[in-house]
Amino acid sequence: MNLSMLKADKTVKQQVAPSAKKRKNKETFEAYLYLLPSLIIFTVFTFFPAFFSMVVSTFRWNLPGKAMFIGLENYIYLFTDAIEAPIFWQSLGNTFYFAVGVPINLIISLLLALLLNRKIRGVGVFRTAFFLPTITSTAAISVVWLWLFHPAQYGLFNSILISLGIPIQSWLRDPLLAMPCLIAMGIWSGMGYNIIIFLAGLQSIPSTYYEAAKIDGANTFSLFRFITWPLLGPTMFYVLTVGIINSLKAFTEIDVMTQGGPLNATNTTAYYLYQNAFQFFQMGKASAIAVLLFLLMLLLTWIQFRFVDRSVHYE
Amino acid sequence: MSSLTMADAALKRKRVARKRLVNGAQNGVWFLVVCALAFAVMLPFIWMIVTSLKSPTEVFAYPPTWIPKEFQWSNYVEMWNKAPFGRYFMNSAIVAICVTIGQLTSCVLAAFAFARMEFKGKNVMFMIFLSTTMISSQVTLVPTYLVMRTLNWIDSYQALIVPFLANGFGVFMLRQSFRTIPKELEEAAKLDGCSRFRFLWQILIPLSKPILASQALFAFMGNWNSYQWPLIITNQDSMRTLQIGLRYFVSGEGSTQWGIYMAAALVVTLPVIIIYFLVQKTFVESMASTGLKDI
Repeated sequence: MNLSMLKADKTVKQQVAPSAKKRKNKETFEAYLYLLPSLIIFTVFTFFPAFFSMVVSTFRWNLPGKAMFIGLENYIYLFTDAIEAPIFWQSLGNTFYFAVGVPINLIISLLLALLLNRKIRGVGVFRTAFFLPTITSTAAISVVWLWLFHPAQYGLFNSILISLGIPIQSWLRDPLLAMPCLIAMGIWSGMGYNIIIFLAGLQSIPSTYYEAAKIDGANTFSLFRFITWPLLGPTMFYVLTVGIINSLKAFTEIDVMTQGGPLNATNTTAYYLYQNAFQFFQMGKASAIAVLLFLLMLLLTWIQFRFVDRSVHYE
Repeated sequence: MSSLTMADAALKRKRVARKRLVNGAQNGVWFLVVCALAFAVMLPFIWMIVTSLKSPTEVFAYPPTWIPKEFQWSNYVEMWNKAPFGRYFMNSAIVAICVTIGQLTSCVLAAFAFARMEFKGKNVMFMIFLSTTMISSQVTLVPTYLVMRTLNWIDSYQALIVPFLANGFGVFMLRQSFRTIPKELEEAAKLDGCSRFRFLWQILIPLSKPILASQALFAFMGNWNSYQWPLIITNQDSMRTLQIGLRYFVSGEGSTQWGIYMAAALVVTLPVIIIYFLVQKTFVESMASTGLKDI
């Protein structure tokens, strides 16, 4: 019986070898069938456009006209042309200016998360309050803030200024104030997301760490400095880089509230790209801007991966 | 001796009581601080609602009033009649629902292959899928528009739906979740003669309901709130989504009807807020673990 079983086993094994390969091939075929829907969409709407973007950037193509190959002229034009270059540089500057909101947001969110991490009655209600701006559509909140920033005395912010004895401001119509206004709104609307991430991070720190430190006589500040801060480090770095990458893409609030004005004060690179493509219909130049913006984002993503790998070492 | 312990106990009790009092006072202060901050954060929403119920003259009154003298419900009727908001609403709903269903389907299929199958080129394919999350929509904006123009898809539902039917990040999240389901389950099912697709459909999907729900939620909300692509790809009023309709509604008409604008902004916001309150718990939890993906 044993022998016959062994024999049978042997024959099975001999048969298995070719059929296993066949089965493997079959499995590969089936797997690609599962991947197919995604692959088609990615090819047509992500990879091809990304590649095509680089091609178009070497053409002069003003819709509805025909495309003409001009090599790197679009790029040279963006960086050196007497009229174009200052606007382009200003747009890059504005992009980074707008990104200043991200670290500010980080600090405010961290403080609020620490506050909400305390055992306060009705904490869920407060979390919802801070979170609501995040899920509301940017178009809608931009309309609301447009009204809050109304330059007349009945605008809410101006009426508050008056009651404080400060002269009224024209907010979004003032080239110096327009960007800080957008940043303020960005902080308000982005806070909720950061708070949720920070709360999750705070709650993942074992309470035994705090208890042990308290027994050793640590005060509130050193608890924060030597436990919370280092253990929350990777989370903060993640939130910071993702926030900056997202701020480079900001479009909706600029389009609804300022259209890049006044005097290009809020014209970021992403908005400048849109203007060139869909207001001036210069597809070649817009594509060159897109390629440059992409390189910038790639650089930031690379930094993120590099440093996150290095800094996630706890536990 | 016993009186000493009694005094000791009394002292201890007193100390505990005092500590509790201090703690209570401290918590009370923090409670007030959080209340004040929450109020400040809610202020724009409150102001939106208040303004949406004011008459045109009261909107421009100085100093501003916090409770409308006369509730102007007609603002909502007027807003609805002034622009085809019903149509915008329908467009947004059609697009968001189609994208959610389509994206979830393509993500589930791809994630299943990555999590549960062995095939040639798996790692390379996975890297390709992940790399899509790094290519932002700004970069593909112009070429995708040109493709749509060639296909004659401008002002169509296809243009609003099809580009969003795949999501590399969603595939990644679902793959992570599918991998946690024990292999033995699949082997047992296989022994019982269950095909691979049936295993996915009848066992894996029901077991992954929470993650599927949160992915669906992100897809729906991201698409409902999306702005730039619909702005570019639609020209006709009849094809606009709610967000774009709101934008043209506000910028198109003079600048005196803030009551009506705020009513419109509230109506645009409401569906997502309602959904949020319905599924708050899933939402916050999944956001903490996955992160929100913007379109």
